[in-house]
Amino acid sequence: MQVQSRTVSKSVIVRKAFLTSLPVMAGYVVLGIGFGILLRNAGYGVAWAAAMAVLIYAGSMQYVGIGLLAGGAGIITTILTTVMVNARHLFYSISMVDRYKNAGRYKPYLIFALTDETYSLLCDGETPDREHADLYRFLVSLFNQLYWITGCLLGSLLGAVLPFSSAGIEFSMTALFIASFTEQWLRTREHIPALTGLFSTLLCLLVFGPENFLIPAMLLITLILTLLRGRLGRKAV
Amino acid sequence: MNTHSAILVIVMAVVTILLRSLPFLVFRKQTPPYISYLGEVLPSAIIGLLVIYCLKDTVITRAPFGVPELIAGLAVVGLQVWKRNPLLSILGGTVIYMVLVQAVFA
Repeated sequence: MQVQSRTVSKSVIVRKAFLTSLPVMAGYVVLGIGFGILLRNAGYGVAWAAAMAVLIYAGSMQYVGIGLLAGGAGIITTILTTVMVNARHLFYSISMVDRYKNAGRYKPYLIFALTDETYSLLCDGETPDREHADLYRFLVSLFNQLYWITGCLLGSLLGAVLPFSSAGIEFSMTALFIASFTEQWLRTREHIPALTGLFSTLLCLLVFGPENFLIPAMLLITLILTLLRGRLGRKAV
Repeated sequence: MNTHSAILVIVMAVVTILLRSLPFLVFRKQTPPYISYLGEVLPSAIIGLLVIYCLKDTVITRAPFGVPELIAGLAVVGLQVWKRNPLLSILGGTVIYMVLVQAVFA
């Protein structure tokens, strides 16, 4: 009886994973459609949209990738650009090393599918129960990629004929992060990491401009949190 | 041209997966205490970074001075504090933003 009360059935896990992933659906479908349209305009059809959504699965990189493909960029340039645009994923993975450690057969996909949005849904460590934690994380990750693929394909197929008067819907992505930020704030008593992230990034945006601030911001955040380890480490862990 | 493009897609895919999996490969056996510490404190810092990242193209020096973003953003915070329901906060904030940019500040 005790075991039953602590664990929940798989259908409940699927439903909870779906509900968790819902906020990402609108944002991913809209951003995916935007990508599909741009890629088609650059001369690459639906097969390319599908291949990129399935294999690369990194929103901002795919947008940047359109320019690389269309301009016939070199391989070295492509490698360097990808490292620059996606370096932040290193930090997501670092903070998930312990959590994904024993995820077994789900682990490769969990690592592959660790996008900004999936990270924001899973980084608080909340799961419906302990037994199905890995299945739950796998499903959230998978649902998110399915939304992304759907959006990319829709954009590529429908292209310009789409009645796209939904200006402003891209704010759903911003709202997702603001809601996550607020929820984390309400749930923890130590606010220094959150404030460090917010103000280091703001500072770097002002200093380096909107094209180049991500990497400096990442480094500054890591530096400050490292210096504060003596203070935060004892309380946090 | 198509072969070269296919190679570029594969290069982008491989570099992305390498970046995502590198920490897992490096810290395979025992996670150093420093990395565990970063795993504790980085998530809320990175969410803060992503909030700024999403707002990076907001122009506050000319109309509408980032007012739609400010109002809708505060609405998301308010809804989240009030109901603690992310879906509601996101939907509410997005609808408010769409009304603001399409009807009020159009």
